[in-house]
Amino acid sequence: MDGGDGVRLKALKAAFPRTLPVMAGYLFLAIGFGVLLRKAGLGAAWALMMSAGIYAGAMQYVTIDLVISGATPWESALMTLMVNARHLFYGISMSEKYRNTGLMKPYLAFALTDETYALLAADEAPEGVDSRWFYFFVSVLNQLYWIIGSLLGSFLGQMLPFDLRGIDFAMPALFVVIFVEHWQKKAARLPALAGLGTALVCLLIFGPDGFTVPAMLLICGVLMLLRGRLEAGG
Amino acid sequence: MYHLSIVLVVAGVTTALRLLPVMLFGRRGRSIPPGLMYLSRVLPSAIIGLLVVYSLKAINLTASPYGLPEFAGVLTAALLHKWKRNTLLSVFCATACYMVLIRVL
Repeated sequence: MDGGDGVRLKALKAAFPRTLPVMAGYLFLAIGFGVLLRKAGLGAAWALMMSAGIYAGAMQYVTIDLVISGATPWESALMTLMVNARHLFYGISMSEKYRNTGLMKPYLAFALTDETYALLAADEAPEGVDSRWFYFFVSVLNQLYWIIGSLLGSFLGQMLPFDLRGIDFAMPALFVVIFVEHWQKKAARLPALAGLGTALVCLLIFGPDGFTVPAMLLICGVLMLLRGRLEAGG
Repeated sequence: MYHLSIVLVVAGVTTALRLLPVMLFGRRGRSIPPGLMYLSRVLPSAIIGLLVVYSLKAINLTASPYGLPEFAGVLTAALLHKWKRNTLLSVFCATACYMVLIRVL
């Protein structure tokens, strides 16, 4: 990759503080995952493999259930499609931003979790910071937190010295904060509200386990209906 | 062997879902259809709305404490952020508020 150490260091310094809320949420969620995985009889090597190769919070929890219940590969593939279909939409909306990222592109796309997407879709790299390295460091740091957390959970089991219950609220709190950021931009207010409202309606209709895919499709539909208005308003 | 096959299937499908759109539409010189271009511009804002709901979907309104810690946490994050616009401060205070409330309520 081009750019000297200075460019990379500057991007890392810009990226690290942005990832701190994700660090809190990921460590806690990943420790919980590691503990559960250990209970299911799968140790640290599995935790490392899954957090490096799947890297999807909810789906890794579901995978433990799949393995315990003896699901077939076909059932597992379908389940993964249902749970993670929302990632298709992250890819669509980031494809323009990631267009000129060269060799980093496959990794940047792979690392698009809910939280990484939320951070990078909301923000540009600060003035004077190389955006490619900024995207890269946000993505890598977040995955490192996730991997470290799942290893900690696997090794420590339930013998953690302090009660961290509830620290995973950092995740919804981060999403609310980013929502407020969008709300304060005039052009983003209507889409943000449309997403929130549509998701709520779908949650009420389809329930907590199956609402994301219908919500995503309906959100795209609602946004297309609003297209004239949103494009006219700039 | 069985465990490995399931992990590989889950990893493969997840990776495909993430890579497909970026590799398909994010290529140099490849133009994105205008409808998709428009969607990719407004989707981030809409998806944040969805993620707020998604991250709070496990909330239980029918049993004590009736989602009060969640509501208080969300309100703290939103108001503090409107006031100070400091992401870390907002997330930290909202999480602390939630962690205290789930212990005392």
